[in-house]
Amino acid sequence: MSLMALREQLNGLVNSMFLEGLLDDQFEQLQMLQDESSPGFIAELITLFCGDSERILAELTKLLDQAVVDYQKVDAFVHQLKGSSSSVGAQHVKLACVQFRQFCEEHNKEGCLRALNVVKHEYYLLRGKFDTMLQLEQRIQAYESKQQI
Amino acid sequence: MAVDREAQFHVLAVDDSLIDRKLIERLLKTSSYQVTTVDSGSKALELLGLREDQDISSPSSPDKNEIAVNLVITDYCMPGMTGYDLLKKIKGSSSLKDVPVVIMSSENVPSRINRCLEGGAEEFFLKPIQLSDLIRLRPYMLKGKLKEQQPSQHQETNSSTISSCSSNNNSKSNKRKAMDEGLSPEKTRPRFSSSSLALVSYEETA
Repeated sequence: MSLMALREQLNGLVNSMFLEGLLDDQFEQLQMLQDESSPGFIAELITLFCGDSERILAELTKLLDQAVVDYQKVDAFVHQLKGSSSSVGAQHVKLACVQFRQFCEEHNKEGCLRALNVVKHEYYLLRGKFDTMLQLEQRIQAYESKQQI
Repeated sequence: MAVDREAQFHVLAVDDSLIDRKLIERLLKTSSYQVTTVDSGSKALELLGLREDQDISSPSSPDKNEIAVNLVITDYCMPGMTGYDLLKKIKGSSSLKDVPVVIMSSENVPSRINRCLEGGAEEFFLKPIQLSDLIRLRPYMLKGKLKEQQPSQHQETNSSTISSCSSNNNSKSNKRKAMDEGLSPEKTRPRFSSSSLALVSYEETA
């Protein structure tokens, strides 16, 4: 695929994510912060976010599987996930976390379980698109560095 | 080689979240500040040369790991020592009390914000922090530098008063802070002579 076509694909993907609300303004900030001196910035942040999120989701699953739920611990993890999703511009994930915290506050186990499912759904949806995004970016950057030789 | 004024400003950023540390580091570097990041208040104090159980650092025999900073920016919610605790330690230290401290938080809680500002924080930023927020840091760092050089001279503080702590969370872009936006640093830029850091005048930029 030509460089131009790759770029079009990447732009199309990112734009659709903005339109669908998967990403918000904060992601635009990240785009502004990535430049020639830090070409891997977004990739690094996204990779960290994904690793972190999956760790947290696993912990949450375990915690909510207990007969007696430690809501303080659950809330602490959701707070973490809310923070990191907010920092990378993952809007839907962030909003799902906000809902989740409501149920935590109410000590509503059913609500928490449902909310966890929503967060997982939103996260994995986003993760798939992030994977594609990073693959495209890698190919584009490889192309561009070849062109400079 | 051109003298890069801003590279002389060193910021210590404290946040337990790795993602947020990476982000603040990039933001600060993009704004041409030198950055050191740590993941806890106690590590921050260590770097600043202040042990948790001490009020006085030992200037005569500095640890080789000690650094000089022009500003500390810290997250509020951290396990162990919170950003507020760190603020109080710094302001309670005779050697560090003049270091400007800025607090960040993902939560807009007016009582928390007031507490921090009353505790001596220069600013309280809502996360996620943006490049435009960092422009507000320069006056504090400059003030700090001037105080270093002329300790007897009284400096006008640059902090704006807080008229209301409620921030419009629905607003899309610029209203990130729960403070009065009366002072607009983007309009006035301090200018200084090239031979010293003494402030010459404030000029309006276009």
